[in-house]
Amino acid sequence: MVSTIATVLMWGVGLSLIYVLYRTIKGHPIERRVVFLYIALTISLPLLMGKTAPVPVTADVQQLVDALNELTPGSKVLAAFDFDPASAPELQPMGVAFMKYAFKHDFKVIVMGLWPQGPQQANQAIELAMKDEIIAAKNLQYGIDYVNLGYQSGAEFVIQYMGSEFKRMFPLDDRHIPYDSLPIMNDISNFSNIDFIFNLSAGKPGTVEWIQIAVDRFGATCGAGNTAVQAPQVYPYLRSGQLTGLLGGMSGGAEFEKAINEKGQASTFIFAQMISHATVIAFIIMGNIAFFITRKKKKA
Amino acid sequence: MRREIPLIITTVAGLVFAVSYFIPHWPFGEAESIFGDWVAIIQAFAIWLGALNLVKVSLEKIYRKKEDALYAGIIIVCLLLTIAVGFYDGFTGGPQSSFRDTGTSFDWIYRFVYTPLTSTMFAMLAFFVASASYRAFRARNFEATLLLIAGFFVMGGRVPLFHLLLKPFTDVPYFSEFAGWIMAYPLTAGMTAIMIGIALGIMSSSLRIILGIERSHIGGGA
Amino acid sequence: MAQKNSKRISIVPFVIVISFFSLIIFSQSIQAQTEQEVFDSVQALIRQAEAADIPPAPVMKLQAVDNPNDKGGAIIVSWDLSVDDAEVKAYQIVRSESKDAGFELIGEAVRGNNTFVDNKVEDGKSYFYRVLSMKTTLEADNTVRAVSSLQATVEPVVSSAQWFYMTRASCLFFVLLISCAIIFYINKAKSGADIYVRKIAGIDAVDEAVGRATEMGRKIFFIPGIQDMNDVQTIAGIAILGRVGQLAAQYETWLEVPVSKSLVMVTARETLKEAYTQVGRPDAFNQNQVHYLTDDQFGYAAAIDGMVVREKPATIFYMGAFFAESLILAETGNAAGAIQIAGTAMPSQLPFFVASCDYTLLGEELFAASAYLSKEPRQLGSLKGQDFGKIIFMAAIIIGVIIETFTNYNVSQYFKVK
Repeated sequence: MVSTIATVLMWGVGLSLIYVLYRTIKGHPIERRVVFLYIALTISLPLLMGKTAPVPVTADVQQLVDALNELTPGSKVLAAFDFDPASAPELQPMGVAFMKYAFKHDFKVIVMGLWPQGPQQANQAIELAMKDEIIAAKNLQYGIDYVNLGYQSGAEFVIQYMGSEFKRMFPLDDRHIPYDSLPIMNDISNFSNIDFIFNLSAGKPGTVEWIQIAVDRFGATCGAGNTAVQAPQVYPYLRSGQLTGLLGGMSGGAEFEKAINEKGQASTFIFAQMISHATVIAFIIMGNIAFFITRKKKKA
Repeated sequence: MRREIPLIITTVAGLVFAVSYFIPHWPFGEAESIFGDWVAIIQAFAIWLGALNLVKVSLEKIYRKKEDALYAGIIIVCLLLTIAVGFYDGFTGGPQSSFRDTGTSFDWIYRFVYTPLTSTMFAMLAFFVASASYRAFRARNFEATLLLIAGFFVMGGRVPLFHLLLKPFTDVPYFSEFAGWIMAYPLTAGMTAIMIGIALGIMSSSLRIILGIERSHIGGGA
Repeated sequence: MAQKNSKRISIVPFVIVISFFSLIIFSQSIQAQTEQEVFDSVQALIRQAEAADIPPAPVMKLQAVDNPNDKGGAIIVSWDLSVDDAEVKAYQIVRSESKDAGFELIGEAVRGNNTFVDNKVEDGKSYFYRVLSMKTTLEADNTVRAVSSLQATVEPVVSSAQWFYMTRASCLFFVLLISCAIIFYINKAKSGADIYVRKIAGIDAVDEAVGRATEMGRKIFFIPGIQDMNDVQTIAGIAILGRVGQLAAQYETWLEVPVSKSLVMVTARETLKEAYTQVGRPDAFNQNQVHYLTDDQFGYAAAIDGMVVREKPATIFYMGAFFAESLILAETGNAAGAIQIAGTAMPSQLPFFVASCDYTLLGEELFAASAYLSKEPRQLGSLKGQDFGKIIFMAAIIIGVIIETFTNYNVSQYFKVK
């Protein structure tokens, strides 16, 4: 019912754009607040429609999936959640999908955060992943199959120290359990004992710091998920081979979900993003029409 | 001496950090760790400095009954409440639990107050991106037109929009691949050039700071 | 910065870079032979291992060496995978200080992994290693039985610290080269040589922006980004704040600096106090001009947006490191009708500032701004040194692309820094 109403309203919003275009051609360009209203409608209505969009998996995402597929059961994976709730709509679905993949493939998952809110986001992702039937059946144990080392302040210095010894930065985990009492950390002293680093980043400290220190200085392998705004800054590292795979923004998340066959939130959100992109494109076209009309008037 | 001591600390720390990048042997590797520890400790204590300043400025606003005294009051109440809840959860949760654990009152604040608030701010980007694009993407001249065309293809290609429009004719995601190509080559080339310029700028600035030529940041003229 | 005499200096970097590439190509041709020999011997060992029929087969060619390029305390144990790798559960690494007894388990490497770094060793002590390829089978009584094989190292290993990261030699070469160039031009400028720096519109507009605020009788906001003092961008921003502070003090205009990091607050306060003193207005400085808001990225953005909407400043400066909040701040400032000057070295935020601000300092211009504003010869000299670095990079890119495209030499690997 809700989806039907949303679909009907969405068509109405789409058709009303024709009227806006007509007004623009007549020399009445729309003001900022109308643009805001359209964006609000074209993001929220598609979310209520509950539809998904078919996403083609790009090479950057496939590279990350290939690297994960190469890992064997028991591989130690460090998941660094370096973001806060603000970026969660883009990054949290990636985190959940990654956790599901890691647990289903029996990886040992070590979670940490260079942002204070990161470990909490990781807890939420783990909680959601654990609801999956296959994962629930595995009866995974905290401290043996996964651990949350928590947050440590010091940004890139934390990565720097982890290069020599994890324990120095995380003497206790997020639950105050001593490092040495965690069976999963028994034979992990630094990056040389970690098979793959997966970083979710919304800024600094984030992927760039992980690449520059953990990858370049300590030889770790790192793949990442970034917000769409942040992703262009990471592309040069992807091309140079320093970064092993990149999930860029909502589309990256949706592609990742498709590539590992885990239907999640990103697959739904991408539909709303698609419609809102279409709206922005429509406004850019109208903006140009208004611009040419104004210029023509000025010349006349 | 008020200027000289910070300058000496800057020069020594700067040189040690630079040298330890190339020399792992003691004492350089260790010195880098020691300076790092100092940074972490100072940063941790500095949080209090900021919090106290925030309280002081807010209390002054309330005392002087300024226009935004109401907001200042909300800040102080929220600050104290969050700290109190965190302490309460931390002390009552048992030895092997965290105030951040799922189900604690702090976690409730995090999930249902903090998360929606910051998400709202971030979500405002959607509106601002639209209004900025509406203004900025105009075919004023040749370069702006190129930017407009690239923006058009990336915006349509990074989501399945153009792919869906093309689907009746072909399954090959040409537009998605083209958007990927723009991101992978022209964008990376431009970004790399900007980053090289920035790296050199950082290097030159760092040298000026280490050599004591640039002193504005320690409250001094050049 | 486009500068005079660029023709004269442009040949030197090309010569340096060509020599560097020649050295790499020469050393690579020697190494290629060695790699072939190693490959042949490994193949021979694998064939030998394939002939063995004891499940699980032991690992081959076990080696333990001191971890190169480190500060000591680490030994790398490596091996060729067991031929039964697919059946192996894990490779167990055991260590002892004597050859025949006292071996203790120190770690495991999962199937498919052929290296383990032992980080729990003392420098100067000799260690013996063995690697067991372990396979587990489930018995009838539901117990898991581990089946392992052994192989010991031939020679004991001692870890030690190194005096130089050999893998960073090329980095050191270029760092020294560019640093020397920067110092050379600083000295040259000090001796009175004429340094030309192209005009930067964003910096030239600072006077106009401060003047506008004075005319309108409204505030100036200066936002130094959301990073701490350990980010060079913040330092560059604070350096510009000093100059803006001097102008604001002269014009008697209220300059407000809301910050998101406590250390930035302390530094900005000192800088502003000094700026006011330098122009003879120490009494006009008020501590509350610089105040802390929050460390939280969007909390900070929300607070500034609120202040901008309520107080409608005439001028806003954004100088430092910005992330996703850049557009939220700049668009709100734009809607409030403020004249906005931004400067950041965050490449992904530059487009947003360009779209919403009147002037934007792009990347390196932010770092040049302080030197440009100070007009001090030594600072301007460092900018010319920067240009030398650019020519070096351009030469390296052009020559590298030619070599990689038209020859079989893989020169890019020598530029990888580990």
